[in-house]
Amino acid sequence: MRYERPDTINDATALLADAQAKSFILAGGTDLLVRMQSDEFAAELIVDIKSIPGMGDITQTDDGFVIGAAVPAAALSEHNALCAAWPGVVEAANLIGSTQIQGRCTMVGNLCNASPAADSVPALVAANARVRIAGPSGTREADVVDIPTGPGSTSLEKGEFVEAIVLPNADGKTGDAYLRFIPRTEMDIAVVGVGVTLTLNEDDTVASARIALGAVGPKVMLVEDAAAALVGNALTDAALEAMGAACSAAASPIDDKRGTVAFRKQVVGVLARRAAQTAYTRAGGK
Amino acid sequence: MSSIAVSTTINDDDVEFLCQPDETLLDVLRNRLGLMGAKEGCGTGDCGACSTIMDGRVVCSCLVLGAEAQGKTIETIEGMANGSELHPLQTKFIEHAALQCGVCTPGFLMAAKALLDTNPNPTETEIRFWLAGNLCRCTGYDKIVRAVQDAAAEMRGEPA
Repeated sequence: MRYERPDTINDATALLADAQAKSFILAGGTDLLVRMQSDEFAAELIVDIKSIPGMGDITQTDDGFVIGAAVPAAALSEHNALCAAWPGVVEAANLIGSTQIQGRCTMVGNLCNASPAADSVPALVAANARVRIAGPSGTREADVVDIPTGPGSTSLEKGEFVEAIVLPNADGKTGDAYLRFIPRTEMDIAVVGVGVTLTLNEDDTVASARIALGAVGPKVMLVEDAAAALVGNALTDAALEAMGAACSAAASPIDDKRGTVAFRKQVVGVLARRAAQTAYTRAGGK
Repeated sequence: MSSIAVSTTINDDDVEFLCQPDETLLDVLRNRLGLMGAKEGCGTGDCGACSTIMDGRVVCSCLVLGAEAQGKTIETIEGMANGSELHPLQTKFIEHAALQCGVCTPGFLMAAKALLDTNPNPTETEIRFWLAGNLCRCTGYDKIVRAVQDAAAEMRGEPA
């Protein structure tokens, strides 16, 4: 196995494109180094991207917050403007692991590791975040929701890697929230996760909604029926009930030791209602 | 696999070492540099026994490659005392009997130091959440939390 630490994006994509066998990006390493210790792990190449300028930066631009692929989750909560604009995203990322993990783990890693239970991903999808993808033929953008294709697999092509997440500038009365269910108080894998972003009209009715579910299907899902149940309405009990029911209907979880199908389908509706209420309050709704 | 030459700073000393591409920082500290304070408990980032401070953030050194230490500033338990003068956290761990077998202790001390470096007056809840990535299987957490609270008070200059 080779370890490379390129100084430019072009060098990184060239290394990845030239690799004959399996290659991995190293940013925070909190998933990769665990996998490296397995006997089955085999890699030709590890590309550490942390020497590439910008990878460790959070920059506020006209497009929104550009969060480099190597920004650790702990740095998100230290960025006041980001916390003010997207508290749900920051809270979701801060749920990952312990203090020690927070000092290293990244949202891009959480996304590209492609666990269905990744905590930051539903929050990012609800926030309508996009990713910048570097590749041998240049940079392209994609929606976060289109990156994971199933457990452990992504839509990235050979030679490509995600260089940054772009969170839009939250306009007007916008609020977001992420909630998950775990059987302990912290440091566990989501049994159910729900991210909600709401934008309100002047009269506090819901102008637009994005509701994303994690851990209840092979990949994160955006539930349009749930959003439709809220749009145009105040956040009434009836609207919330319909929204939660749409989430339960959309969920297609597995039975495993952490939760049954019936449990997950019920809890996803409960969490969606609670997350929507928090997002509504954060958006300034009364 | 060819060795990688790494220049880094550990406990204020310039250090150079050679390591393999897949070698963890924990293995470098213990096996190449003779710094045996960081312990390998799980090797997968769950137990915190290998906690070290890298560029101001507490990390599991089992989840850092040795090669990643290039150009970094690393603090380990060996640099915590000032010569024969213990750090207040170390003194308070002894006073409160916040250790028994001691395997988790270096990790707890490094994590607690990272907390007090950034937050000199943490609440008990903040201490418990901060230290949730450090597992102790014999002493119990209460004595550890009391020791951290007491050390923080002393470091703030408050009367005991």
